[in-house]
Formats: sequence, C-alpha cells, structure tokens
Amino acid sequence: MKLLRDTWLVFGRQIQLFLRNPVWLIVGVIQPVLYLLLFAPLLKPALGAKTNAEAYQTFVPGLLVMLAIFGALFVGFGLIAELRAGVIERSRVTPVSRLALLLGRSLRDVVSLLAQAVLITVLAIPFGLSVELGDVLLAYLLLGLIAMLCSAVSYAVALKVRSEDALAPLLQTVSQPILLTAGILLPLIFAPAWLKNVAKWNPFSWAVDGVRALFNGHPDVPEVWKSLVILGVLTVLSVLWAARSFAKSVR
Amino acid sequence: MMIETLGLTKSFRSRQGRQNTTVEAVRGVDLAVSPGEIFGFLGPNGAGKTTTLRMLATLIEPDGSTAVIAGADLRKNPGEVRRRIGYVAQGGSTWDESTAREELILHARMYGVSKAEARRRAAATLDAFQLSEYADRRCKTYSGGQRRRVDIALGIIHQPKVVFLDEPTSGLDPQSRAHMWDEVRRLRDEGMTVFLTTHYLDEADALCDRIAIMDHGQIVAEGTPDALKQEISGDVVNILLTESARAAQVLGSSDFVRKLETLDDGVRLYVDEAGSAIPQILRALDGDGIALGGIELHRPSLDDVFLTKTGRTLRES
Repeated sequence: MKLLRDTWLVFGRQIQLFLRNPVWLIVGVIQPVLYLLLFAPLLKPALGAKTNAEAYQTFVPGLLVMLAIFGALFVGFGLIAELRAGVIERSRVTPVSRLALLLGRSLRDVVSLLAQAVLITVLAIPFGLSVELGDVLLAYLLLGLIAMLCSAVSYAVALKVRSEDALAPLLQTVSQPILLTAGILLPLIFAPAWLKNVAKWNPFSWAVDGVRALFNGHPDVPEVWKSLVILGVLTVLSVLWAARSFAKSVR
Repeated sequence: MMIETLGLTKSFRSRQGRQNTTVEAVRGVDLAVSPGEIFGFLGPNGAGKTTTLRMLATLIEPDGSTAVIAGADLRKNPGEVRRRIGYVAQGGSTWDESTAREELILHARMYGVSKAEARRRAAATLDAFQLSEYADRRCKTYSGGQRRRVDIALGIIHQPKVVFLDEPTSGLDPQSRAHMWDEVRRLRDEGMTVFLTTHYLDEADALCDRIAIMDHGQIVAEGTPDALKQEISGDVVNILLTESARAAQVLGSSDFVRKLETLDDGVRLYVDEAGSAIPQILRALDGDGIALGGIELHRPSLDDVFLTKTGRTLRES
C-alpha cells in the first residue's frame, strides 16, 4: 500500500515535470514520424515486399522496439542531473520507499514510450498497417517491459557511475551490438548462420520476433510467450538491482 | 540526549592505480547533544564533518558504533530515525524547473501526510521563511539566499526533532548569512535541536551553544565557545618592539607567562589575566632597558583554540 502510494507520488512529480518541458514532447512526436515518412518508403523495395502494408508490418514493430530500447536506455542522464541538484539525496532522507523512487521514474518512461507507440501505430494505419486490437495490446505489454527493463538498467548504471562523461560511452557500447543483433531495422532472415546464433542470446532479438509476430496476427506462435517470459524475468531482476542502488547509493 | 553516539567510525576504500587504499574518514566520534541545543561541528574541509552528518542522517552506514538519534537506534531502525530528523545537504536540494511550493508539498507527502495537510504545511512554512512572495516561481529564478532558505524549509517541513544542516551559510553574502543565522535561532526557539557544520569561526562563535572541533576524523576539542577559548589561556598580549630576541629572553622566564611566541615585530604572550600581567611586563622590560614600540591586547579567538589543538590555523588548513 505504501509502495503504491509512494510510487504514485514519484510518478506524478515526474510526469508533471515531463509535461512542463515542451521540447521533449515535440521531439518525442517528430522523431518517430520522420522514421515513418523518410525511412519506411525505402523498405518496400529493400525488403522485396509485395505491398506497402507488408513492409510496414515488418518495419513498425522493429521501430517500436528500437524506440523502447533507446528511449529508455538514456534516461539515466536525467537522473544524474537530479543527483547533482541534490533531489535524490533529499528523497533518500525521507522514509519514502526506495523501490518507489525507481518505479515512479521507470513508469514515467514506460508511459511516455507507450504514448509514442500508440501514435506511431495510428499514423501507420493509413500506410496500410493492420493489426488486431488484442494483438497490439499484447505487443504494447511487451514494449512496456522492454522500456521498464532498459530504464531500470539505465538508472542503476547512472547511480553507479554518477557522471555523464562515463555514462554516454558506456551506453553507446552496450546499445550498439544490441541494436545490430536484434534484427530491429531489417529482419535477421537475411543474416548468415553465425549472426543468427549470436542473436539467439540477445533478449531483444526475441522481443522483436515477438512484437513482429503479434503485428502479423500470430499471437499463438512460441516467440510471443517466450519473449514475454524472458523480458518479464529480466525486468524483475533489473528493477530489483536498480532499487538496491537507490537504497545504497553513496555520493 | 537528542543525539548520542559512541565510536562512530567510517572508512572508505579507494583505488589509486593498482593499489587499494583505505581512507579513514571518521575515526571514533563520541557525541552527546542535548535537546534544544545548536551544536556546531567546526573543522577544515576533509575533516570528516559531512561524512559524520551523512551517517547520522541515515545516508551512509557507519562501520561501527552505537548511535541513538531522537530516541531511535540508527543501525537497527533507520526508518524511524528518518521520520524524526531533517537533513539539509551542502549542495542544495531543489530542482530548477519546480517551484518552492511544489517542492515543499511533494517533500511533506514523502513523509506520509495527506495532500491537504501537505498544502497547508507548505503554505505555513513558506510564510515562516518569508518565501511566500516567490513560492510559485521556478527555483532557478531564486537568489542564492532564497534558494538556501527553501532547502532549510524542506528540511523541517515534517517538524523533525533534530535538523542537520551541512554548511548552511556556505557561499552566501554577509546579509543572507545574518538572515540565515536568525532562521537557525528561530528553529531552536521552536524547540528543535540543530546540528550544523561550518568552517567559519565567527559562525561557530556567534551561533552555536556548543561546538566540537574536528580534525582528521576525530574530535579534538569540545565545549561552549567561551569555555574553549578560556581553556587555552586567559588573554593574549602582543608586544611590539625591535629587540624581540632579548625581550623573549627576559620575559620567557617570568612565572606569569604561560607561553611565549617570538614574532617578526615583537613577542606574543599568553597570560592568565592581562590586567595584572601588563604592569609586570612593562617593569621587566624597563628594568633591562628594552624600548617598547606598542602593546596590543586581545581575547583568544576560536582560531587560537584551533591552533593550539591542531598545530595550525583553520585558515591555512
């Protein structure tokens, strides 16, 4: 009960500050729209798809997973600014739940990602995308887990390194191979066997397969439940890790 | 006792190149602070003041010690300690894009009070700290003094029994400092125990009921500012003359001189009481035909205390 109340408290504050900054809202909307308008037209010929719809069916899920990973993986920068301002230390002197300090922030990241995801899905419909409501909701659950996982990891690492100078190269180094071996932009159908084997060990590659299956109307293929289980477990672990960092964080 | 610690200790491991070194930041601090006191921690940067404060405020775990704060055990029940104390960090605690009122309401609610109660308390606290006028502007527009007052207001919004202030006036202009001293005294008058750190001698002297001088992680002296000054010696007499070596020889053996230092332009004497010492000094110098340039008398300052206890002045450390 206290955890829920505290989480709501932290979440409310974060959302309030987020909405106060119009720059983020504009960037958050424009970026995905540009991907849809400028990158997607290349896909039909590149993928050898027969119709626009088919290209979008493959591309949009990848785009959504990419936004979830990248949007959330870099939230640690905001936390470092909060650390510097003394806001985190001020919170840690109160009896507020340490898990709530993390969850309130991560939930803001999940909500802003899902808002983007809905926008992109709706915008892609005129281009020929079609997807069942139940399937898309399940896909959003998967995306929410990805965002939660990445934001928790980002916060935990930020609390550890405590400087933008260290965080930026660290996250770049981690995110690049994740992106390349997840089949996000182009499906791994084109990949050589060794690359496919590498991708098997990338949880986000499973996530991409899961979201793609859902967008193509196959909620019952094993990729869907497998990706939900894999990401569910990883999300719980990363949340516990990050909450522990909030509790132990030494200046 | 409002704060009672025994053997408070903290060491940090740090890596320099390939070598692991252990830095003993706080080495066995014993404290006893009474309710309603303004207790000051005086010492140079790096003495371990902030580390001690952060331990008492539950932010870092002590290595060893027993500590009871406002009746709650620091190690066994840090959650209860948090409910009973306030803590104001050195570097500030407000977010640029929030307003003082928003910060105060959020902070009060983190202690579990309802939204309505938090609003009411925020308004009352803003009023008490003369911040109502700016309450709904963003914190980034505040002056240094205003922002510092918001920090203190945040630290006491839940009416704690003890409030810890880390360098409350650091970086403030003289007027804001005086204002801040008044605020601190007001907290004490409202029944709060105030535990602050400072590296300003005049602040410790003017504001604190009792002070502890900290150096290299240990308390080297403790008492009221007056008692500490009394302890090192009665009075300090500076005698200006050219033949300082001869004067030192003549006066050094006198039994009313506790301690003598040779200066470039004379000698400094530490005596029990200047009133009776000065005639004797004059007589002794006159008897040996040493010409006197002038005589200065001053009460020992906390800097003299610091010098006696640590072997250097606070300014140079």
